[in-house]
Amino acid sequence: MTGSWPSGRSGTPSSVASRPPAVELDGIAKKFGEVIALESVSLWVGEGEFVCFLGPSGCGKTTLLRVIAGLERQNAGVVRMRGCDVSALPPSERNYGIVFQSYALFPNLPVARNVAYGLETRRMPRAEIERRVDELLDLVHLRPHKRRYPAQLSGGEQQRVALARALAPSPSLLLLDEPLSALDARVRQALRVEIKALQRRLGITTIMVTHDQEEALTMADRIAVMNHGVVEQIGSPVEIYTEPSSLFVARFVGHMNFIRATACERPGWVRVGSVELRHRPGPTPPAGTRLTLAIRPEEILIGPAVRDGENRIVTRICAMQFLGAFTRLGLALPGDTGPTLECDVAVNALAEVGAREGAELPLVLNPEALRVFSDGD
Amino acid sequence: MAVLRADRAIPDSVVRHRLDGETALRYLLIGLFGLFLYLFVLYPMAKVLWRSLLDNDGAFVGLANYVRYFSTPAIAASITNSLYVSVVAMVVTVFLAFLYAYALTRTLMPWRGVFRVVAMLPIFAPSLVQGIAFVYIFGNNGIWTRLTDINIGVYGAKGIIMAEVFYCFPHAMLILIAALTATDARLYDAASALGASRLKTFRTVTLPGVKYGLMSACFVVFTLVITDFGAPKVIGGKFSVMATEIYNQVVGQQNFTMGATVSVVLLIPALVAFVVDRLIQRRQYALVSSSAKPLEPRKNPLAEWSLFAYCFLIAASIAAVYLVILVVSLVERWPYRLAFTLKHYAFDTVGGYTPLLNSVYVSALTAVGGTAIVFIGAYLVEKWRTRASAPLYALSLLPVSIPGMVLGLAYIFTFNVPGSLLNRLYGTLAILVISNLIHYFTVPFLTATTSLRQMDAEFENVGSSMGVPFYKTFWRVTVPIALPSIIAISMYFFLNAMVTLSAVVFLVAPGTELAAVAVLLMDDAGDTAQAAAMSVLIIATGLMVRFAYGGLMRGVTRRTQAWTATATDQVALMGTGSLK
Amino acid sequence: MRRPGNRLTTLVLGAAVLCGAALAGPALAKDTVVIYTAIESEQITEYKKAYEKALPNLEVKMLRFSTGDISARFMAEKDNMQADVIWGVAATNTLIFKNAGLLEAYAPKGLERVQPLFRDKANPPSWVGIDIYMSAFCVNTEVAKKKNLPTPASWGDLTKPVYKGHLVMPNPHSSGTGYLSVASILQRMGETEGWKYLDALHQNMAEYTKSGSKPCKDAAAGERAIGVSFEYVALEMKKKGSPIEMVLPKEGSGYDMEANALTKKGAKNPAAKAFLDWAISNEAMALYAKYFAAVGVAGFPVPEGLPKDISKVVYPNDFDWSAKNRDRILAEWQKRYAK
Ligand SMILES: Nc1ncnc2c1ncn2[C@@H]1O[C@H](COP(=O)(O)OP(=O)(O)O)[C@@H](O)[C@H]1O
Ligand SMILES: [Mg+2]
Repeated sequence: MTGSWPSGRSGTPSSVASRPPAVELDGIAKKFGEVIALESVSLWVGEGEFVCFLGPSGCGKTTLLRVIAGLERQNAGVVRMRGCDVSALPPSERNYGIVFQSYALFPNLPVARNVAYGLETRRMPRAEIERRVDELLDLVHLRPHKRRYPAQLSGGEQQRVALARALAPSPSLLLLDEPLSALDARVRQALRVEIKALQRRLGITTIMVTHDQEEALTMADRIAVMNHGVVEQIGSPVEIYTEPSSLFVARFVGHMNFIRATACERPGWVRVGSVELRHRPGPTPPAGTRLTLAIRPEEILIGPAVRDGENRIVTRICAMQFLGAFTRLGLALPGDTGPTLECDVAVNALAEVGAREGAELPLVLNPEALRVFSDGD
Repeated sequence: MAVLRADRAIPDSVVRHRLDGETALRYLLIGLFGLFLYLFVLYPMAKVLWRSLLDNDGAFVGLANYVRYFSTPAIAASITNSLYVSVVAMVVTVFLAFLYAYALTRTLMPWRGVFRVVAMLPIFAPSLVQGIAFVYIFGNNGIWTRLTDINIGVYGAKGIIMAEVFYCFPHAMLILIAALTATDARLYDAASALGASRLKTFRTVTLPGVKYGLMSACFVVFTLVITDFGAPKVIGGKFSVMATEIYNQVVGQQNFTMGATVSVVLLIPALVAFVVDRLIQRRQYALVSSSAKPLEPRKNPLAEWSLFAYCFLIAASIAAVYLVILVVSLVERWPYRLAFTLKHYAFDTVGGYTPLLNSVYVSALTAVGGTAIVFIGAYLVEKWRTRASAPLYALSLLPVSIPGMVLGLAYIFTFNVPGSLLNRLYGTLAILVISNLIHYFTVPFLTATTSLRQMDAEFENVGSSMGVPFYKTFWRVTVPIALPSIIAISMYFFLNAMVTLSAVVFLVAPGTELAAVAVLLMDDAGDTAQAAAMSVLIIATGLMVRFAYGGLMRGVTRRTQAWTATATDQVALMGTGSLK
Repeated sequence: MRRPGNRLTTLVLGAAVLCGAALAGPALAKDTVVIYTAIESEQITEYKKAYEKALPNLEVKMLRFSTGDISARFMAEKDNMQADVIWGVAATNTLIFKNAGLLEAYAPKGLERVQPLFRDKANPPSWVGIDIYMSAFCVNTEVAKKKNLPTPASWGDLTKPVYKGHLVMPNPHSSGTGYLSVASILQRMGETEGWKYLDALHQNMAEYTKSGSKPCKDAAAGERAIGVSFEYVALEMKKKGSPIEMVLPKEGSGYDMEANALTKKGAKNPAAKAFLDWAISNEAMALYAKYFAAVGVAGFPVPEGLPKDISKVVYPNDFDWSAKNRDRILAEWQKRYAK
């Protein structure tokens, strides 16, 4: 899925100029009193695309979604939909469906009437409304529950009703604000798949807000990682995962090891304790600059392959954590007492390297996987 | 990456949405609500303030009226008298009501339901009814005085205090019942596990737990008493309080200036009590945690029977008061001719049944109009935040601290103005409706606000995202969910409008007499038996309406139970028609 | 399909309509007349039946308060007058209205039948009297016996210490009866002596009531032993079964007249004139005569229990003096006794 979205795509989608993007944000800023919730956010969402706003709580995701919906009014910036500036349009004229974190189902209306809510004000024959409601309820597998009241449904079912209600008037845009956060883990897993499949089937442009990186990685075509009212990085899940553009993104998405280092004279090399390591090509700061290296646990190489590779260091195992399919090793760098690195090892590989607590473990930090960030990031 | 941090400052203004019809309608409604509050709350109060700075010919005299007020011993005495009566009545009422509420909530004694219902009776009677009853019981020729030959000297402070205690009892009781019910049982479990004695538990757990409830009850009773006019009017004799002073200055001497001056002074204690009460209530909500466990009373025969005796005594006294009124209204000439008669119910003096019908009509209009305005107003303020929200909210809270007499006087100043458009309202039933509506505005407004706040904040947004106009969502969702509150609000309006006297006494005109005012005038003219008869009819009307509402509420609850079990909880307190 | 919403719409629309109706209410019908009166309620009931029959096209809106209150209200509304007709308000007060320029002179039909004493000297007159009422003491004999009180025979008796706390009289501010008593005392004794007497009387007074009839009704109910009131209530209370004895004080009762007048506002209302015409008709006079010893037109029978010739029992009243000095006397009274 990522293949269709070459890296580095942000700003104006010049390559698909033939069709304007479904949603385009340009320099959106929003203040609540003195609190700056959004600070010049610009991004675009292609037609039929599924984009996630990902970030920690309070970073401004919901605010951004509500600006798109017209439920908050921005202090600066422009919202465009299909090329038209909709900044001045009230919510009712923007043509989207929205699912709130609380679902906001109308408790006094049965499921069918909740779903029919957006249809009844349009001059649509009653039979047609009925048909459309049934169709949507089928889509979310809730037809048998159509006469129930929301309070009589489980959380997951309520969520699906909210989704059906938002989709009923056939909007061109679907906005989801943490739609799964109130559900327990198993239901959440199942619904991820279901929502994604539904979105694919309908081909509806979708923006989803979440603070759960796993959710974003599994569902989104592209992810906008946000921090303190700013979009830190936009890209496909693979890009975000493999090429985090900042220390923040690296920290926030997936599991990552961080190692303190200083820049060497030699460009592309850094010093960690007594060893010098080569890292992935990137900016070359002056020697002596404090840096942070980052590498994912599964990218650390151990076993026979490391006998004489580049960036080889010998660590000591000081913790072992059994996690089912693999075991996570806590490793201390030479000179350190506590673990600074974590490394995931498959069960069979574990025996091969003879890992046990206290033992030494040589490993290779593959230069291609060793990212470098300046400490200021 | 290509994320730019803006170094230019973010503007303070927000992007404007194009004004669509819906938004325009909303602004219009907010504007109308603001205009309503301005016209009927702010402007009249400003008028009173201003009038207190003028002399009777309309010349500006600064604070001269206040100087005169405080330096005329006969009038100034009304301040200390008012404070004295209010404080004593407050202490006595809250003490009695606390024991009563304690017995009802913390024991398993029999007849709790009956006791509770009987104690509610005073809610249905104008405050002067208690005064009339006490004259019949403790007056110079009262039942008690004739039987025992002990004359307690009921005319004056003593009589006022007794009448006020009865009048305020249910209000204090309801607040205290709520406070006692909200206490967390786990504290008691802890106390008994620690081996605390009963007395110690009471001192260290019970009292602190209801501290805020007690304070709230104190303020409510204090405000009710100091602003009450009916009881002191009937039983005060030569003892003058501020409310009767306003009446005498205005009605007796048409000295509007002095009336305005006393009004402004009376506004102060009422306002202080209100502000302090609000602050306390805000804290009280934090007190009860959501995990609190309701207390289940334990058996304790000795305490139970002594409290039963106590409650019986109180309930019997309350019942006796109204029984006396009923009996007096049904006998030829108390105490000389005790033959049964219905002639006092003929009201063959001026008006006949017109005042009662007017009262019912005005109360119904107040209930319907008041509920609509309050609920729509609260909805606009609460659900569509604008820059006007905060001032409108504050203005909506203001009326609770305006004593009825002051409001009535303010309306005279505002509406009895020749040539003004407002003058069209003067002397109509509409002005009575509006004055009731404002007089009792705040409690329903807070109820409506609470019930709106409990609703999901996104209902309106869901609607507008689908292009459903806000007023449709209001009718289809907001109103049905809030129906129990709406019913409670309209009942509150109706019952209060039925018994209120203080605001409307200045505003009735030929053709718009009201029942409570008729009671006052009949008593003034010495026709106490007829006054009693009219009181009986007022109480009966109130009770009937209360029962009708009870039925309505049960019906609504049954229907809403399908979708929620908690819809009526929040209304429990208000459903009784109390809470000032 | 939509249930609760619909019903509420109806309710709220209904409310709007009702409010509208209430607001539109004050648009007066053509033949409406607004009357301010101080006549006793029971009497009005009786009169009402008569005028409703005699004037079927008239819609009467009546406001009744005690003399002082209704006068004060009328005066206060002088820039925004509500009343068309003054009916049965003390002549003293009517005179004050006249002096304030609030009345329109009008000679009702049949004026020539009215005795000279009963009308404004000017022609056409600004006010026409309909009946005379006078101060009287109501003594509850049962209470008096229990409390060992002798029956007072004169104003002088009332200041005796035995009566301390057993007397009630009307407040002259609000009550015409109260004022006529005070005015008559001051006229009879002169101001210096008069005020001295009132000081002494105040010592014995339990309460000053708002209405003129209330003292007697209190006495009748046994709440007080003696009420200073007027003769009609005394008889009425006795008739209704209370142990009441009426005393007309030896020195002479004060008296006043209930008078009618046309207001400036009523001048433009033919219905007001029609009512005033009726209010001195023989039919009306006959009704007044059921309650009062002397009415505007001579020759009606005197009610049982009242003196045949009231000129023997009343102390002559100088209405002009009463009217001219009213504000001053009330201010003085207020200063001395208002608590
Ligand atoms: N209505 C509001 N008033 C004031 N501050 C707000 C409001 N809504 C959001 N904020 C603030 O804006 C920031 C971003 O909030 P939000 O968009 O809800 O974050 P997220 O959805 O990412 O958790 C937070 O600091 C929050 O406190
Ligand atoms: Mg959020």
